[in-house]
Amino acid sequence: MKDFIIPWDEKDMGTPAKSGKPVSLSIDGIAVSVPAGTSVMRAAAEAGITVPKLCATDSVEAFGSCRLCVVEIEGRRGTPASCTTPVHDGMVVHTQSSKVKKIRKGVMELYVSDHPLDCLTCAANGDCELQDMAGMVGLRDVRYTPGENHYDPSGTGARSQAEARLRMPEGEANPRYIAKDTSNPYFTYDPAKCIVCSRCVRACEEVQGTFALTIEGRGFESRVSAGGPQDDFLTSDCVSCGACVQACPTATLQEKSVAELGTPDRSVVTTCAYCGVGCSFKAELNGDELVRMVPWKHGKANRGHSCVKGRFAYGYASHPDRIMKPMIRDSIDEPWRQVEWAEALAFAATRLKGIREQYGRRSMGVITSSRCTNEETYLVQKLTRAVFLNNNTDTCARVCHSPTGYGLGQTFGTSAGTQDFDSVEKVDVALVIGANPTDGHPVFASRLKKRLRQGAKLIVIDPRRIDMVKSAHIEAAHHLPLTPGTNVAVVTALGHVIVTEGLYDEAFIRERCDWDEFQAFAEFVSDKRHAPESTALLTGVNAQELRAAARLFAKGGNGAIYYGLGVTEHSQGSTTVMALANLAMMTGNIGRDGVGVNPLRGQNNVQGSCDMGSFPHELPGYRHVKGPEVRKIFEDAWGVSIDPEPGLRIPNMLDAAVEGTFKALYCQGEDILQSDPDTHHVAAGLKAMECVIVHDLFLNETANYAHVFLPGSSFLEKNGTFTNAERRINKVRKVMAPKNGYEDWEVTQMLANAMGAGWAYTHPEQIMAEIAATTPSFAGVTYDRLDELGSIQWPCNEEHPEGTPLMHVDGFVRGKGRFIVTEYVATDEKTGPRFPLLLTTGRILSQYNVGAQTRRTENSVWHDQDELELHPHDAENRGLKDGDWVRLASRTGETTLRAKVTDRVSPGVVYTTFHHPDTQANVVTTDFSDWATNCPEYKVTAVQVTPSNGPTDWQEDYNAQAAQARRILSAAE
Amino acid sequence: MRQHQPTHQPTADDIAGLIARHAGTEGPLLPILHDIQDAFDHVPQMALPLIAEALNLTVAEVHGVMSFYHDFRKAPAGRLVVKICRAEACQSMGANALSEAVLGKLGLDWGGTTRDGGVTVEPVYCLGLCACAPAAMVGEKLIGRASADRLEAAMEGAA
Repeated sequence: MKDFIIPWDEKDMGTPAKSGKPVSLSIDGIAVSVPAGTSVMRAAAEAGITVPKLCATDSVEAFGSCRLCVVEIEGRRGTPASCTTPVHDGMVVHTQSSKVKKIRKGVMELYVSDHPLDCLTCAANGDCELQDMAGMVGLRDVRYTPGENHYDPSGTGARSQAEARLRMPEGEANPRYIAKDTSNPYFTYDPAKCIVCSRCVRACEEVQGTFALTIEGRGFESRVSAGGPQDDFLTSDCVSCGACVQACPTATLQEKSVAELGTPDRSVVTTCAYCGVGCSFKAELNGDELVRMVPWKHGKANRGHSCVKGRFAYGYASHPDRIMKPMIRDSIDEPWRQVEWAEALAFAATRLKGIREQYGRRSMGVITSSRCTNEETYLVQKLTRAVFLNNNTDTCARVCHSPTGYGLGQTFGTSAGTQDFDSVEKVDVALVIGANPTDGHPVFASRLKKRLRQGAKLIVIDPRRIDMVKSAHIEAAHHLPLTPGTNVAVVTALGHVIVTEGLYDEAFIRERCDWDEFQAFAEFVSDKRHAPESTALLTGVNAQELRAAARLFAKGGNGAIYYGLGVTEHSQGSTTVMALANLAMMTGNIGRDGVGVNPLRGQNNVQGSCDMGSFPHELPGYRHVKGPEVRKIFEDAWGVSIDPEPGLRIPNMLDAAVEGTFKALYCQGEDILQSDPDTHHVAAGLKAMECVIVHDLFLNETANYAHVFLPGSSFLEKNGTFTNAERRINKVRKVMAPKNGYEDWEVTQMLANAMGAGWAYTHPEQIMAEIAATTPSFAGVTYDRLDELGSIQWPCNEEHPEGTPLMHVDGFVRGKGRFIVTEYVATDEKTGPRFPLLLTTGRILSQYNVGAQTRRTENSVWHDQDELELHPHDAENRGLKDGDWVRLASRTGETTLRAKVTDRVSPGVVYTTFHHPDTQANVVTTDFSDWATNCPEYKVTAVQVTPSNGPTDWQEDYNAQAAQARRILSAAE
Repeated sequence: MRQHQPTHQPTADDIAGLIARHAGTEGPLLPILHDIQDAFDHVPQMALPLIAEALNLTVAEVHGVMSFYHDFRKAPAGRLVVKICRAEACQSMGANALSEAVLGKLGLDWGGTTRDGGVTVEPVYCLGLCACAPAAMVGEKLIGRASADRLEAAMEGAA
């Protein structure tokens, strides 16, 4: 067991790493060689010497304000700050002369003269750089008291603050005292403890890119301020990413959890279980009590950054709603009965066997979860293939990124993104289409914004004016606000401009792609009907703007495409993915740093769940189940005969259930009732089944129709791996014992064994070994290797023993890149007099997906209900004001929610999120789907919006049914 | 006396007009703040988001810059502003006694305004008149070797 490891040095190097030619110098007699541009401070750290510092930290550029890091350099006058002084060849540095020591002590004395000395009762006790530095410089006295200060005059709560009070003139209030700001649910800002080092302000600017903080005032009055003079942290632009808290050297910005629980004493490196960025975190604990999650600076996806979800929103794991005991019931009208594991598993196995006998082996199936680990997903699909003996496995990727797998597989030969996230640092022109990174993939958004501030250009194709279009210090060069559903027409028009204006990269295409196919494609795309002028009426995109965007992307240097569900969740989702691949190939933007086609994956392990054979037609590694040689590999490993017929997709399972041929479902970590389109149809399908087994943390909406509930374990309670959007396999390490008793892979194994499977895994490591042995792109992956390297990007095999950061470097995986003709076909979902508006759906920063987790955290402070965004013009036509209840109706259903009037959306387009079950936005969405993969068309629904008084009948009926279905009898009853 | 007497409370359109004058120029934030202060004798808080939006900054950044400079006011000052230098040279030549006398006579603290809105007294740190310390400024007029009497006379002259 290797649950507790930090193989990398956690030392703060003071200033960021540089990448120049090597420079040699001597520091305190130690020779060291560092890249040109490195600071003397960092060079010293490399040599193992710590120069005292307060305002420097290696996540932000040097600032030179605290003057604690002064050193002497031979041949130079004075005492330069080591953080802002770059190294030179032959430099001789002394960090400990009597002169600099005296200066440091004097500086420290001044700092401490205005810092409350309540160290023993301070939340940062033991984790305070001011404390450390006072010790390091040998501060033994402070001569400057009494005097003006920023202390809390009441001295409340801390004995030594009373001492602080004694040092103030008697009987006076302290006009400089500013009360603690506790408005943010996760951290506090205590101005009394601030040393004005500006690390928080710089982290907010340089790392997060939000610019929510500033230093207000000047001189002794300077304090950190969030937003304007009237704001606190909650009302300011702050997005609660935690970068400022991370950067703060004192208790000024402090996690409330640390204040409450104490300083953590051990940590485990693991991987965030929210979005597809896959940030690495240190889970910091006391015993088995989680104190805080801190972004891990050696994490290769996040490079030490985080967002509000991964950093703070982990409270759901210990929420009282969590179910810890298995439950069963004979029918869904009955209340749940809590039972022991053995009884629940026997109950499930008996039902499943009965159904198999009565309806045949193809009458049951599984749904794997993109929230669970690779190992767990692998076991669930193995359950259906090796125990149920069919291929009825599908996954939530069906409803998000299945077109990515298909589209990129067809054009490039691999069903995955081509780059790593570091690649964004080399991008010259980023094309963001159908993605809202600041809300959906915040850490990636921060990295992209940083690159934009360095001068890279941005093109945004989105019906909404997302934050990337314009926010502090960044602005898109071109925003193409298209009508929802016209992605293919817009991207094909970009191709038209590039081909007809001769902007394509002929050398690249001749060398790397099939030239004949390109010519056929060029002929197709050059047709006048694809010209932006011809499609403008349809797409709503200004032709001149589109032409300018095409020229910029083709000729602006490294062009990288980043896309999200706004591309895939359409009836032509796969076509758009292929059109984007065409765009990358024709401009030569594949196979090196700073370019590529990059799907931004919605969930932490969407990539992994697809890799692990979750689809009904594919065994692990995207190999078709029809291939006898592929089946043989698994038949040999599993000792069973595998059904050569592809199984059912989620929508087909539900259809078959309604028809009466599909009777049992094991659904792990997914809430299809809330997340899948056309809620009525999903409910009807589930209701028709005889054995629905839900394996989840909470009684989710799907569980309202379940007969067996198996409690799940959170990502903090299990070992395994997640694979993020860059194909990076990251370790998930068990931080604490599963509160429900078992890790999820153990539960699946127990269910399989109750059916007579005889599996005997004792650690997920063994499951990964089986994956590696059967799946070529994982051949070189082992837990030891992952611990050693930190993470591995597949393919990892003999050819690439350390993994593959960039795909298609010397040639496409499929051989020649394939251009595919992308004809625009309008969706069947059309507006008309009854449903004149187009609804498109999306996400918001503080909530995640169906909200099962984030709604059970303080994140709801920022977003406690779904809102319907509509343009002022459409609002006025309907007599609606901001905040009014509105009825949102489509051909499939209706719901009510509150209106938000905004010009972020164009006239004719409305927008909402689907984080809250009482809104049930998917009651409205239709069952139209992608032609190739059945990915639902969430992004386009014709709707009407009218004034309303409150919840619809459906919402009330639904809530009544849910309340009924959630009743639990305790074991004693 | 001030050169520009504001005629009305500033509106969003007024602020937008002043911002527009600096469209496309380099480093426009301070010139915009100066223009607003010149026009309205203060920079109203409602101008901050407008400036931030126009320059693609955040309100925090505009607030940070504005609050750094004591001359930018959040609210209008009295009709006459008296500034007394408190820098080292003037302090050594009796500026503290001078300011105590002036503030005491008007019944004000630093930065305060008389009840009738007539006079505001503010500290200033160096007027470049160290050779004639203590120095002060009454309206736009500089006064060297200032005394309480001379300041009072100057204030009466300006009223």
